[in-house]
Amino acid sequence: MSDVTAFQKERAATRASGIFFILKKALLSAFVALVLFSLMVGIRTEAGPTGQLIYWTRFGELASLVAAVFVGSIVIELLRQWLGRAGASNIIPPSVQSGLSVAGKLIAPALLIFTFLVPVIFYDQRYILDLAILVLTYVMLGWGLNVVVGLAGLLDLGYVAFYAVGAYSYALLATNFGLSFWVCLPLAGILASLWGVMLGFPVLRLRGDYLAIVTLAFGEIIRLVIVNWQSLTGGPNGVSGIPRPTLFGIPLTPDDDGFAARLGIEFSPTHRVVFLFYVILAMALLTNWVTIRLRRLPIGRAWEALREDEVACRALGINITTTKLTAFATGALFGGLAGAFFATRQGFISPESFTFNESALVLAIVVLGGMGSQLGVALAALAMIGGFELFRGLEQYRMLVFGLAMVLLMIWRPRGIIGHRAPTVFLKRSEAISSDLVKEGHG
Amino acid sequence: MSGANCILSVDRLSMRFGGIVAVNELSFDAGRRKITALIGPNGAGKTTVFNCITGFYRPTGGAMRLTHDGGAEIALERLNDFRISKYAKVARTFQNIRLFPGMTALENLMVAQHNTLMRASGLTFLGLIGAPSWRAAEKRAIERASFWLERIGLIDRADDAAGNLPYGDQRRLEIARAMCTEPALLCLDEPAAGLNVRESGALSELLLSIRADHGTSILLIEHDMAVVMEISDHVVVMDYGVKIAEGSPKEVRDDPKVIAAYLGADEQEAIAVMESDT
Amino acid sequence: MDYFAQQLINGLVLGSIYGLIAIGYTMVYGIVGMINFAHGDIFMIGGFIALISFLILVSFGLTAVPLVLLIVLLVSMAITALYGWTVERIAYRPLRHSFRLAPMLSAIGMSFVLSNFSQVAQGARVKPVPPIITGGYTLYDAKGGFAVQLSNVQIVVVIATVVLLLIFTWLVARTRLGRDMRACEQDQTMAALLGVDVDRTISMTFVIGAALAAVAGMMYLLYYGLVDFYMGFVAGIKAFTAAVLGGIGSLPGAMLGGLAIGLIETLWSAYFSVEYKDVAAFSILIVVLIFMPTGLLGRPEVEKV
Repeated sequence: MSDVTAFQKERAATRASGIFFILKKALLSAFVALVLFSLMVGIRTEAGPTGQLIYWTRFGELASLVAAVFVGSIVIELLRQWLGRAGASNIIPPSVQSGLSVAGKLIAPALLIFTFLVPVIFYDQRYILDLAILVLTYVMLGWGLNVVVGLAGLLDLGYVAFYAVGAYSYALLATNFGLSFWVCLPLAGILASLWGVMLGFPVLRLRGDYLAIVTLAFGEIIRLVIVNWQSLTGGPNGVSGIPRPTLFGIPLTPDDDGFAARLGIEFSPTHRVVFLFYVILAMALLTNWVTIRLRRLPIGRAWEALREDEVACRALGINITTTKLTAFATGALFGGLAGAFFATRQGFISPESFTFNESALVLAIVVLGGMGSQLGVALAALAMIGGFELFRGLEQYRMLVFGLAMVLLMIWRPRGIIGHRAPTVFLKRSEAISSDLVKEGHG
Repeated sequence: MSGANCILSVDRLSMRFGGIVAVNELSFDAGRRKITALIGPNGAGKTTVFNCITGFYRPTGGAMRLTHDGGAEIALERLNDFRISKYAKVARTFQNIRLFPGMTALENLMVAQHNTLMRASGLTFLGLIGAPSWRAAEKRAIERASFWLERIGLIDRADDAAGNLPYGDQRRLEIARAMCTEPALLCLDEPAAGLNVRESGALSELLLSIRADHGTSILLIEHDMAVVMEISDHVVVMDYGVKIAEGSPKEVRDDPKVIAAYLGADEQEAIAVMESDT
Repeated sequence: MDYFAQQLINGLVLGSIYGLIAIGYTMVYGIVGMINFAHGDIFMIGGFIALISFLILVSFGLTAVPLVLLIVLLVSMAITALYGWTVERIAYRPLRHSFRLAPMLSAIGMSFVLSNFSQVAQGARVKPVPPIITGGYTLYDAKGGFAVQLSNVQIVVVIATVVLLLIFTWLVARTRLGRDMRACEQDQTMAALLGVDVDRTISMTFVIGAALAAVAGMMYLLYYGLVDFYMGFVAGIKAFTAAVLGGIGSLPGAMLGGLAIGLIETLWSAYFSVEYKDVAAFSILIVVLIFMPTGLLGRPEVEKV
């Protein structure tokens, strides 16, 4: 009897210290939050009517924020003790994981069929169609960057540069030379690809963080040049009046020689939207098909080997320089094509669409998707862009939440939602390789 | 050794790093279709020599002449990087195994055949359209990979991730991968490190068969004296960046200079110990 | 010539600000091997905290300029240092043993969090401040020509920078903390085995870097009279360029690089074009990393195979 009570007392004591520990931690977090937010949240400054600086206090908001941190700290600590260490990705048991990968084989075709039918299902909802086009654009961008970051392991933080080069090349070619969509599109892609080679060439020797920041610098330089070279790019005013694409020469307008008139049906602006949807879908699928095929060819395998171990590649006689350049060029090609599509869809482009935020967003999509995984990247694009749409009306908080999401993603699931890599050739059976074994590349 | 008998002729090779002289005027020959071992205490500069031969360092002095079977001579000190493997046909393995851990064993061996396959795929374009010539080339590459997997006893694990393989298997896989590049000279950096007696016996057998069946010359760095004694035709001993002895395995084993170097003693003491033994 | 002399002075002052930020980058890279993308935004937060502190003190009737400056300096250093500490604890420490990309992406995320936090908290508009330190000296006045002036603000910036540099150099060279930092930079595992509290040392590195960035932020506020939520991004890249130019991992190099970047930027805007001055700075980053990756005072790395 006395043993039992002693044991119970001990357990109670441990639990108490557990609670005490959690409370202490929460108090500390709340105190830190109080200091951090005291001035930034507690005081609100603004430029006053006569140009001087005025301020007012927001102690109520400060208090609620500190309280939220206090509560949140308790919750996180409790979660941590329930789930084991927060860094573990073992929330999903392996049996469910393999079940999911079987389902994964079904998800891709199901998603594809659904995507084809979106304009049919949502024909009347212009908003959904526009959103779908946006999602597909980012899916294509994600697949394009996936070649550089996911397959070849080259840290590119300036992917927006290729997007911008593609968009502006298309815009300038179309408005200055009057060439059709189907001519300008590949030209824009090629120009972006050339830029990718030019960018890749000097930065090849750089590794990891250095490569990342140099590509970031290149992206910013492109944007600054676009903003300042007014005679060529129109500067901050951008390029407008970009012609819309035609269905092989048949314009999608209400005119008599328009698409609707020819088919004898009533004109609706939705026709063009649906057409654009299928154009971007085709482009995205082309990106996907090329990437999958390239993975099975020596160049794709060389990209992945480069990511795994560059030194070993050199010892096997692989030309690292050309391998990296082809990765850059291919990724740039797809980015440029997406940019050209973007230009023709909007009819107007300006430098504001090509900031570092875009590069970060596409990179987040690639990492969230699980680098190298086509399906993962598509799902991640859907999640990200869909998530962004939820913040309509709360735009200020959008990037804040995005930043937080990136931090949390890295802490909890740095390998992305798809946790494995599929081999490209096999003798007997294709067995997925866990992401823990796959290297992430050092540039 | 004359050119016909000697595949690699290293002539007064030197490598400096700032003020440190890692290799000092090293000269030796590696015989054609022979196994040459490079041994010496830790820090003697053996891996540095390897890095010079395989193009990872540019030597600060000296020459390395590689002579192919057909008589073509290649100055290795002028090539570097991937060209050593691609044009000079020198392959190597690494002290700390460098496989591609996230790729299967089969994929690792396919990567090794990159240059052949790139040509066959018409710089990718023929491959993209699925041309029959490409498909045939790919099939041949898979067959070669399968041959080597069988040779090293890993055919049943061909589709397993290389990172999941046990240590001994990884070592052999690395050698198989190097052989898939069809090299004239195979450089092995401590291939027996961490292997138990049975595994190093299998390794010796593998290397002997590589020499016999494929006519590949082998240059290896090794600390495991059993392996060195069993398979080497010729041994070069280094210490502090210079060659201190050279000859057949038996000659080197009984050389007091070599014993002294390994024991960290000086030569007189070594002779004294040896004489007191007999 | 006078115009040139003026640009030199301006450039050196701007360069001091960049140098203070660059030290934070170089210290963190030296000890944990990562580029702290959020560091530029810490600088921006420092500027904001200084701004708000000024406002409060002034509205309470405190007018003695040296006293106000001192209080603002201490307050802003303390609070910004806490920001730096928090960022490291939340976003970097859990990832220390994760793969290479993770801390960088986390840092980018943190950068977004900080810049958008200040945008949400304080509004997106630029905040102007009337000049707090006024007056100066005319160094040289050619009749009918350009007058070379040295303002009091500039003197304050340079003195603050020099004093902080001295304190900081003493800290790294002479104190226990500095020794621990240098040990962790060389070999973290061994340092830990010898009893160095690696976690605490790394935290302190971030804290010190943030404190210096806070000073830079306050100097920026005094010098330019405004802060905005975006200033961290551009200043961050330029300061990182400075760190790389000076040789990443080298403290005197960071300051040297900062001065160089400040001079180049000022001279470029004065003699070529103002619009492209940022392009000039970014291009230097690219050129240095390609042709001279170890920078001016850095140590070359030999690849181990």
